[in-house]
Amino acid sequence: MASVTIRDVRKAFGNVQIIHGVDIDIADGEFVVLVGPSGCGKSTLLRMLAGLENISAGEILIGDRVVNHVPPKERDIAMVFQNYALYPHMTVADNMAFSMSLRNAPKAEIKERVDKAAKILGLEKLLERYPKQLSGGQRQRVAMGRAIVRDPQVFLFDEPLSNLDAKLRVQMRTEIKELHQRLRTTTVYVTHDQIEAMTMADKIVVMHDGIVEQMGAPLELYDRPENLFVAGFIGSPAMNFIRGKLGPGGFMADGGFHLPVGAAPAGSDGKPVVYGLRPEHIRIDSAGVPAEVVVLEPTGSETQVVLRAGGQDIIAVFRERLTAKPGEMIPISPSLPIAHLFDAETGKRLVA
Amino acid sequence: MTDAALPLPRRAPIREATAWDRLKTNRNWLGFWFMVPAAAFLILFLAYPLGLGVWLSFTDTRIGRPGEFIGIENYEWVLGDSKFQDAVFNTLFYTTIASIAKFAIGLYLAILLNHHLPFKAMIRAIVLIPFIVPTVLSAIAFWWIFDPTFSIVSWTLKEMGWRTTNINFLGDTWNARWSVIFANVWRGVPFIAITLLAGLQTVPPSLYEAATLDGATRWQMFRYITYPLLTPIIAVVMTFSVLFTFTDFQLIKVLTNGGPAGATELMATMSYNTAILGGKIGEGAAVSTAMIPFLLGAIMISWFGLQRRKWQQGED
Repeated sequence: MASVTIRDVRKAFGNVQIIHGVDIDIADGEFVVLVGPSGCGKSTLLRMLAGLENISAGEILIGDRVVNHVPPKERDIAMVFQNYALYPHMTVADNMAFSMSLRNAPKAEIKERVDKAAKILGLEKLLERYPKQLSGGQRQRVAMGRAIVRDPQVFLFDEPLSNLDAKLRVQMRTEIKELHQRLRTTTVYVTHDQIEAMTMADKIVVMHDGIVEQMGAPLELYDRPENLFVAGFIGSPAMNFIRGKLGPGGFMADGGFHLPVGAAPAGSDGKPVVYGLRPEHIRIDSAGVPAEVVVLEPTGSETQVVLRAGGQDIIAVFRERLTAKPGEMIPISPSLPIAHLFDAETGKRLVA
Repeated sequence: MTDAALPLPRRAPIREATAWDRLKTNRNWLGFWFMVPAAAFLILFLAYPLGLGVWLSFTDTRIGRPGEFIGIENYEWVLGDSKFQDAVFNTLFYTTIASIAKFAIGLYLAILLNHHLPFKAMIRAIVLIPFIVPTVLSAIAFWWIFDPTFSIVSWTLKEMGWRTTNINFLGDTWNARWSVIFANVWRGVPFIAITLLAGLQTVPPSLYEAATLDGATRWQMFRYITYPLLTPIIAVVMTFSVLFTFTDFQLIKVLTNGGPAGATELMATMSYNTAILGGKIGEGAAVSTAMIPFLLGAIMISWFGLQRRKWQQGED
């Protein structure tokens, strides 16, 4: 096992720079998720770590060794691909053993390691099957088995769950997390799904347009997003952004209603700001802002409501069942004492 | 609903489905009719001539004289004929060497073209040229290249000082054999190269990336990934290649017409020369019918040896 250090790494394809200097420190045994919308450079960064792409500038260290010019097979990493990349003409056992048989490892050792990996993943009965004869989840597991057999310093996952259906995705998410808790191998995991990131990561790295927007523990990102992008990206349904100004009486929305602000940042009176309000942090409060119910979406465990206040749509999620009908007015107010406030121009979080 | 008040039309009683009704909705019956045009074409232009050829081989037909059934007399004569034995040897030699060469060069070209080369599209188009030129035209070009007096190859070698005399390409037994094989390979390589290239492009790039991480060298990637994944296409393309080479006629006809002294006489040209030029239709038909077991053998080898592997099939 090893730590991974990414120092001011840049990547350019021709004249187009797509990663603009990224610094990430990954501790030994940590589960780090790179998350961001497609095209943000997260997969490219992972492939640079794997050695499948050149590093245009900066340094990547695995352990304390700079690997910029180390060929992939000597980096001691294993990767799980989005489409699994299983060799279709080899059985499950041969797929898992391929890296070892290339190194001419003794047969007995190969068998021992393959059997061990198969046991961890519950693949014992499938060892003689071909990939075509497996379900999506089983293929996914074989791809992980291939990585486990190599017993690498670092596991790399490139959107491994995006080819699975929703139910299986949740199940495999748990399995991967459990696997990590058991093996404690340093893991770098790329996904565009913030739920995967939130549920699995020790540390989330939110990327956008080739830069790191914010890095931290999942709940830290949820509780204190540093900018509008992270605020909007983490959490589902996404945070409501209400434009307005800060005044002596708190926050005055452009739509003409007031919202309380725990502690206003000093000297920010009259400044245009964005008030971030998570859907789950809205409660019904008779003294609150009247909002019109537009659409009601009950999911059973909770009710998602699209509200309109001051000409702006606000999405709210209530744990309790709502009897309101579309067109009715309900009074709402934020349930948290401290509001997320962002500078309307820079998008940066305003700190009181 | 506005039409709710309208009186319901009286329905005709449901009658029993007749045989014709069943036939009209039968998909197999419809399928049969879709197949008829193609089947008629194949029967008229392939099955009928083949059957006629086999029948003729059991008769003593001459040009201008309908023959009578004479049993296997033609075969007895043909099998005892040393010219026929030579033709069989020539055909097997020609087919084996040319097919192996075409496969090796075709695979090499396909792998080369699968990489990122400058002017890739243009190079791919150029590779196809030998394939699109009519065989007779390219045969005539080779005829000039192999000409005993005006050969450009002999001329070049002499200019460079490596030889003092012309090479007798088509006048010497072994020279002639290698020359026609060379021309056949030149013509046949593009088909194999382009087909294998199409096959190479179906191999997902992520397999090579996975193999890179697994520590495979380029040769190991070819040996353990590219080659096994290509075997189904290799089987098909090589079956076709062997069949076409075995039955080759045009190139030989133009280049050597079987000469010198039968050194390049193949079964196809011998059949033509015996039946059409020699007028002995029965014997000629026997020669071409004798090709059928060889061709069937080649098909069987590819059928049993290279049929769909287990890994290609889905869940059972």
